Amino acid sequence: MLNLAAAGLAVAANTAGSGAQTISGAGSTFVNPVLSKWAQAYRQETGVAINYQSIGSGGGIKQITAGTVTFGASDMPLKHADLEEAGLIQFPLINGASVPVVNLPGIAAGGLTLDGPTLAKIYLGTIAKWNDPAIQALNPSAKLPATAIAVVHRSDGSGTTFIWTDYLSKVSPEWKDQVGESTAVQWPVGIGAKGNEGVAGTVGQTAGAIGYVEYAYAKQNKLAYVRMKNSEGKVVSPTAASFQSAAAGAQWDKAQDYYVILTNAPGAESWPIAGSTFVLMHAKPSDPKASVTALRFFAWGYSKGKQAAANLDYVPMPDSVVKGIEAMWAARITDPAGKPLYTAMK
Amino acid sequence: MSEIALPAVVAERQAGRAHALGRFRANDRLFAGLTRGAAILVLVLLGGVMVALLVGAWPALSAFKLGFLTSQIWNPVTNRYGALAAIYGTLVTSAIAMIIGIPVSIGIAVFLTELCPAWLRRPIGIAVELLAGIPSIIYGIWGLFVFAPFVQAHIQPAIIAAFADVPVLSALFAGPPYGIGVLTAGFILAIMVLPFITAVTRDVFETVPVVLKESAYGLGCTTWEVVRRVVLPYTRVGVVGGVMLGLGRALGETMAVTFVIGNAHHISPSLFAPGTTISASIANEFTEAVGDLYTSSLIALGLVLFVITFIVLAAARLLLLRAEARAGG
Repeated sequence: MLNLAAAGLAVAANTAGSGAQTISGAGSTFVNPVLSKWAQAYRQETGVAINYQSIGSGGGIKQITAGTVTFGASDMPLKHADLEEAGLIQFPLINGASVPVVNLPGIAAGGLTLDGPTLAKIYLGTIAKWNDPAIQALNPSAKLPATAIAVVHRSDGSGTTFIWTDYLSKVSPEWKDQVGESTAVQWPVGIGAKGNEGVAGTVGQTAGAIGYVEYAYAKQNKLAYVRMKNSEGKVVSPTAASFQSAAAGAQWDKAQDYYVILTNAPGAESWPIAGSTFVLMHAKPSDPKASVTALRFFAWGYSKGKQAAANLDYVPMPDSVVKGIEAMWAARITDPAGKPLYTAMK
Repeated sequence: MSEIALPAVVAERQAGRAHALGRFRANDRLFAGLTRGAAILVLVLLGGVMVALLVGAWPALSAFKLGFLTSQIWNPVTNRYGALAAIYGTLVTSAIAMIIGIPVSIGIAVFLTELCPAWLRRPIGIAVELLAGIPSIIYGIWGLFVFAPFVQAHIQPAIIAAFADVPVLSALFAGPPYGIGVLTAGFILAIMVLPFITAVTRDVFETVPVVLKESAYGLGCTTWEVVRRVVLPYTRVGVVGGVMLGLGRALGETMAVTFVIGNAHHISPSLFAPGTTISASIANEFTEAVGDLYTSSLIALGLVLFVITFIVLAAARLLLLRAEARAGG
């Protein structure tokens, strides 16, 4: 943290010397890798430095509300009323996904299929053994042991957990009633582990365990992922293509404030447990120049940062959605007099 | 000449002396002021922390009142928070750490001061001190990746099988064996408090006058009797101080516990079940806590830990005072 701050200061000092601008942002740790990558490339191209503090979504929301940063980033979208109250607008920046992983003797990656209701029952504790008829019905040919299911979840508040619990809420009324969706919830059963690495480590060591991690983490560490039956009854694997399908199938333009969570998305190819990181900005910024610079950076990321994002196993926003987002910037972000800023300075 | 000069010289000398004394006095005053300032600074800091905690915790405390201490519901979705599970986990893990840590630490200290051959004394002493220097995150990672799998594979199944038919113990050690849980966290804490208690007790054991011990040996006491009747009574205050230092660390330890306790806001009768502690909850949830009540509840947890630590220290003092009164000294 200190190092980060020091690095940020150094960057700020450098750019101040060369007369260029520094944009500050804070929030979600999930987007930090891709934002850092973009910021580095963008600075080489334009000289504009982006100083992003990955202090967590909660901290990001607090800082943008207080106006100490130009933009905030949150893994959980804000509700319309909260945005209105703080004078903020929000838009999705990039997408990611959660992937269930298991540790079952004899079951390889992709060797197990689950659906939403079954997953919810496992996480509610009502399905407690691996050879439960519900799991067996989804995997007729698999030899499932009669051992207890060790449920593993994140112990720290996390966007990955938000996507996960939002999905369970959508597919299971029982889950919605008893637990609900948030970055941290009251888990009915299971052990909590800190971070993706904690969940992966605990699942890896516990025979009969099931957990969930961010997709990039599951892929890079070759964990035994589970295939999911999606909203159209098709069985899909967690791949870049199935995430893109989920992102493309969402009705972004119809949702107020882009309040869309990509869970249980329509589309035969769609991975059902996906979500986005949202950027929060003031609709009437006190420093219009900084806000416009930040918007230019995001526009650059949408168009030129795709490959960098894909390399880090994020899913970029579809072009059609980006067009709508930029139109929204032009309409909603204004100076105190109500004059649009984004188009005015482009 | 001399009759005239002498008073002048004396006066000059006296002036010089007065000047020097004045300087000494000024130095003394400065020194006293600085040390007093340092002491007051601690009080100010403590007061500041307390005020900050109270102010931060106020929204949660006024919303939940006493229910905050008696409820084990911790639900960010419905915004209802109770600290009972975290308080329980904090006290139980610290108790396990003390039950294991105190006898072992005192054993090490007794061995080092009474029985150990001189050439082995330094290596063991240095090893214990090195143990104190290991960062807690290393204990956490070691606990999760090395110790927990070992406990899961070898210790827990054996204990579950051994106590399966014993009424109370079977509930206390009920499966399934996850490897991580309250007991494992207690074990790790015990290892972490060892060097603190050992270092202090060894140092105070060394202050026991040799003549006292030699007299006891001369009367025919065994080593056990010397330790029990001479060394421990003589060093009572210091030993309790060392134990308090260890207990303080156990109550407040965060990182290592977070890794191995399982982080579940539940109270389970089984020591193998996952639980949580106050500091682990704060470390886990503070960064992503959205909403004032959530943040405030986490700060209120901090306040509760502050109060628990205060009560424990006060209780230790009281215990010591009573023991001293009974011993007549």
